[in-house]
Amino acid sequence: MSAADTTTPAKVPPPRQAPPPPADDLPRVRRPSGGAAIPWLLLAPCLLVLAAVMGYPLARLVTLSFQKFGQSQLWGFQPAESVGLDNFAKVVGDGEFWAVVLRTLVFAAGAVVFTMVIGMALALLLQRVSGWLKVLINIVLVASWGMPVIVATTVFKWLFDSDYGVFNALLSKLPGVEMIGHNWFASGPEGLAVIMLLVVWGAVPFVVITLSAGLTQVPKELEEAARLDGAGSWGVFRYVTLPVLKPIIVMLTTLSVIWDMGVFPQVFVMRGGHPEPEFQVLNTYSYDRAFVVNDYAQGSAIALITVLLLLGVVAVYMRQMLKIGEVE
Amino acid sequence: MSSTLAPRRAPKLWWNLLGLLVFVTAGFPLYWMLNTAFKPAKDAIDPDPSLLPTGITFANFGRALDIADFWGPVGRSLVVSLAVVVIGMAVGLLAALAISRFAFRGRKIVIVGILAVQMVPLVAMIIPVFLLLNDLGQYDRLTGLIITYLTFILPFTVWTLRGFIVNIPKELEEAAMVDGCSRTGAFLRVVFPLLAPGMVATSVYGFIQAWNEYLYALMLLSQKNQTATVWLGNFTTKHGTEYAPMMAGATMMAVPIVALFLLVQRKMAAGLTAGAVKG
Repeated sequence: MSAADTTTPAKVPPPRQAPPPPADDLPRVRRPSGGAAIPWLLLAPCLLVLAAVMGYPLARLVTLSFQKFGQSQLWGFQPAESVGLDNFAKVVGDGEFWAVVLRTLVFAAGAVVFTMVIGMALALLLQRVSGWLKVLINIVLVASWGMPVIVATTVFKWLFDSDYGVFNALLSKLPGVEMIGHNWFASGPEGLAVIMLLVVWGAVPFVVITLSAGLTQVPKELEEAARLDGAGSWGVFRYVTLPVLKPIIVMLTTLSVIWDMGVFPQVFVMRGGHPEPEFQVLNTYSYDRAFVVNDYAQGSAIALITVLLLLGVVAVYMRQMLKIGEVE
Repeated sequence: MSSTLAPRRAPKLWWNLLGLLVFVTAGFPLYWMLNTAFKPAKDAIDPDPSLLPTGITFANFGRALDIADFWGPVGRSLVVSLAVVVIGMAVGLLAALAISRFAFRGRKIVIVGILAVQMVPLVAMIIPVFLLLNDLGQYDRLTGLIITYLTFILPFTVWTLRGFIVNIPKELEEAAMVDGCSRTGAFLRVVFPLLAPGMVATSVYGFIQAWNEYLYALMLLSQKNQTATVWLGNFTTKHGTEYAPMMAGATMMAVPIVALFLLVQRKMAAGLTAGAVKG
């Protein structure tokens, strides 16, 4: 959900799953009166709510992107009329759109790679430090994970303030560096790097904690055996740890891609609600088209393209989740 | 053995030093938020700030409470989050039971559907949701926001509760039914008590998510009905940003949520089955 979504790592079941029971353990049907109707009765309220609050807007998103829908349609002065693929043609024909797509992809790729690599490194480090330090680091990680995104963004805005931000002050303490007054948001790439740091800082704890739980499941005997066979630390990691953790890593990576492609509040709030053109990512761009330019149809078309772009990643994620869902 | 132990000691020191560095770096934003919140406002705008506390004052908190109504937004956030959690739990529990305790045709499709719904980015939905609520006259109403939040709380609740239910051995229920309980009775007397901690954890988690949501709260409510997350934007005006009070406001927003999160995090991780077989 990405608005809160970047903070909502909770969309995953607890990583530790019950050991796979025999295959015939699928929920056995006891058939008292009612039979097959009962589960559907139980599901009915949930499905109704989802159809109403999700199904309808989703359908509307699709129809909207094939219509002309601006200010006058919003106020009901003119009926919304179908314009076929016009909106998509306009969006795709606009050079700015492709710049935004590229920027979003680079941003997401950077954020995902940093999140996963740092997360993995920290999870491994946590296995090697003393117990007291492990507790301390865990507290900090969980606390930063629990920070509301808006609060975290506000705090980073302050850390990187050009005149009074502590980051510039600390950098200036290095010999020969004079950074006080440096505006990190004067240029797109630098500003987006700060925003990426914020996103990574918020996303790493979830990765570390999930991977740490996974690491405890790597059988010690396998590691020992690999060592006896002459594997070094890297060899053990590459040929034992990684393969065991692979399902978790796939899940975390796909989730990170989904979240980082959908980054919104960080950019939006960091730029005071009006991201400059060189800060626009797909989501803010779609928002901008709809609510600033008042072209709701084009905004919808962009949102739809974003969803389609993510579809492939979502498919991988769902397959992984279903594998987990099947062993129950 | 002793020969392998000795060289292992030295690396441990290096790992600990590295760990300490991680601790300081990762914790620094949190520390700096608290540090700024409690320092006198004039020390906050020092180009060469002292890294250690320079004295403790609560003046920033007073200013933060003055700058815009604080309790109104907090009250609205509470109403919205609680309503979302209560509805989400009631509806979600039934659905979670259906997909975890029954085998029926279409079960897999339902699971895929719920997972898929979770993946639709909320930002993409803001335009149609905005237009829909506008048409229904629910713009600027808390009910509109509550209904909207169900889209992300509900799938999450169903999926998480499902995980907790699956961990409760079916044998417990069956034993109760052998002893003469009805299916409903077995659920209420056996499963429900075991599920309670999981339900609490899921509720708190859902509450935090609803509380933290920003975009919909910003778009679907007007200035006078703003919620807590949007309230934090009041510190930046045309005349600049009041950072020290803003950090005080950030602290007020973050501390209860982080505390709740720390509590639940352990519950979510702790398995339920350990107590279940005994209890």
